[in-house]
Amino acid sequence: MGIQTETVTPTKTGLREALKRFWKPYSRIPLLGWLVGALAAVLLELIVGNQFGRLLGMSKAPALLGLVIIMKSPLLIPSALAYVLVIYLLPVGIIARVGTSLANRAAAFLYQANTGLSAIIHLALFYAVLHLWSNLSDYRLLVVKLTLIAIIITLSLNVVNGYMGEFSCSHPGFLALGAYTASIFTIVLFVNENRFGDALLPPALGPFLFPIGLILGGIFAAVGALLVAIPSFRTRGDYLAIISLAFMFIVLSLFNNLEFVGGPRGLSNQPDYANLPTVFIWTVLAVWIINNFVRSTIGKALNAVRDGELAASTMTVDTRRTKMTAFLFSAFWAGIAGGLFAHIIRYINPGTFGIRKLAEVLAMVYLGGLNSVAGSIVGAVGFNLMGEALRPLEILKWIIIPVILILLMIFRPTGLIAFTELDPIALLKPKAMTNEGGDHVAA
Amino acid sequence: MSLLEVNKMTHFFGGLRAVYDYNLEIEPGQIRGLIGPNGAGKTTIFNLITGVYTPTEGEITLNGSSIKGRPPNQIASSGLGRTFQNLRLWRHMSVLDHVKMSQFSKITYGLTGAFFGTPRRQREEAEIEEKARGLLELVGIAHLADQIVTNLPYGAQRRVELARALAMEPSILFLDEPTAGMNPEELSEMMNIIRHVHAELDLTIFLIEHRMKVVMDLCQIIQTLVFGEVIAQGTPDEIRNNPEVIDAYLGKEVEV
Repeated sequence: MGIQTETVTPTKTGLREALKRFWKPYSRIPLLGWLVGALAAVLLELIVGNQFGRLLGMSKAPALLGLVIIMKSPLLIPSALAYVLVIYLLPVGIIARVGTSLANRAAAFLYQANTGLSAIIHLALFYAVLHLWSNLSDYRLLVVKLTLIAIIITLSLNVVNGYMGEFSCSHPGFLALGAYTASIFTIVLFVNENRFGDALLPPALGPFLFPIGLILGGIFAAVGALLVAIPSFRTRGDYLAIISLAFMFIVLSLFNNLEFVGGPRGLSNQPDYANLPTVFIWTVLAVWIINNFVRSTIGKALNAVRDGELAASTMTVDTRRTKMTAFLFSAFWAGIAGGLFAHIIRYINPGTFGIRKLAEVLAMVYLGGLNSVAGSIVGAVGFNLMGEALRPLEILKWIIIPVILILLMIFRPTGLIAFTELDPIALLKPKAMTNEGGDHVAA
Repeated sequence: MSLLEVNKMTHFFGGLRAVYDYNLEIEPGQIRGLIGPNGAGKTTIFNLITGVYTPTEGEITLNGSSIKGRPPNQIASSGLGRTFQNLRLWRHMSVLDHVKMSQFSKITYGLTGAFFGTPRRQREEAEIEEKARGLLELVGIAHLADQIVTNLPYGAQRRVELARALAMEPSILFLDEPTAGMNPEELSEMMNIIRHVHAELDLTIFLIEHRMKVVMDLCQIIQTLVFGEVIAQGTPDEIRNNPEVIDAYLGKEVEV
């Protein structure tokens, strides 16, 4: 035993040391530098991606960082790895590292000039990266949009299940309410079709009034949430889980039986309003507003309610109102996400918002980590990428994903990044040269 | 007029009479004590006055207005702060956030501020943070402000709880066994802190305690509670020499 540990430990720490030394120069790169590097990489891919992919034996550039290839045609894994290395990792690494001091100076300048402007420039760069990257195939575009929506959904559920510590199951119901409301809004007003007749307004106005439809969807979802909240927040315990699950099924059977929205056949013909910029802006808004909320003392009252409701109310916190607000707020964002979802897929039916959706949403929240905005983003992105990677396995996917989740619950019960606070301002800051590496997540 | 007045308060848990005919009058600036054997109903009395339970009978007035039957958060915001016997801290929250949280009712920026981070919110958050840091200074744990409470030693956790209660700016503070589970060193520090905040903040204090030394040293008037009834009330000396109190604590001598 003794000998074994002696031999194993030094190599392990040696490897860790080596990684640390390797990472050290990179830890000084500010977010701005990474974004510029990523922009260069996607530009490179746009120009030579397909040719390079063919050169490596693939039909074109791999769609999702080679993730789909792992299961589809494992023989191509080396080519996919080579592709990711040459097209993404090397350019990002080289450009970000070479431009470290320049990026730091630029970030410092922007940070001191105007934080809001700095944030907008960062977001614009990030959007440019997403836009160019998703330009290469419709599949990528769809994955990016659905992942962005997944971030809204996960974050909004985290407000209830993570920050407030109650277990809510009604998110698919809220998604459905939002999706149907927004769909009816746009179809009635801007589309000529059989069910609802001719468009009431000129379709050119559609994209501008689309946000109103989304917000209406959010409000409907919040009204639904009120119906759940009134009976279930009288006490703590499992009531919310049961009532919210019932609510989800009530909403589903409602839409299944309402003939004017198509019953089980669903609604189609939604106009194509949810393009990438729209989805991106809504996602940024959701992340920003939810993050603002959970970092305020009003939002932190949720944590107080979770960790000790009696103490919270004795410390002047209006617990009932706090819980209600958070639940309605969460449902509102789920409604928005539902509306966006309906206009991305452009077809919805009640079956889309069933128990499997619930499992997915819960999985994203618990994978990413409770009580953490960064965790929810990681969870939503990670789960969606994992889902796409495992898609070729078809039904087996639904065996492997739960197994992964079970393992996660055993080894990391609170999720990947739990109980952290995300300070967006810190992300914009330049990295000081004396910085002791390793905090690039800045969570 | 008394600051806090409790009149003929009685409370039943089902068929169990937990508190019977309890009366209390606290004048501003006093330190009052409540002692009694385990299970006498001391914490129940705290819970009844602070609104955790609503008394079956009786009247409670704070600053001249009735607070009976009002929810705990309203009673708390009208000036009644408390700590708990078994430290009800919020385990994932930092020390600073604890002390900020109990100023919840003073926040006026509302949801708009919470959602959009308005300048008004920044200003108010800065104000309550400054006040919180001041209170942490007062109880001597300013250096622990950013720690998560579960990482702190017991004595420091007690101080967090005290600072949290003080942040509500109470006119009267209820302390439920403030020195429970402390070693002698922590105990004397805690007593100094209590004396200090009493003087510094001109605070009225009502405390439950098991350690006679603490009660006798701190309090001006002490009540003794046995089976939900007050059997004696008076100055520390009167209580110390009251035969009924001695009986309740030490048991009657058995006649042989």
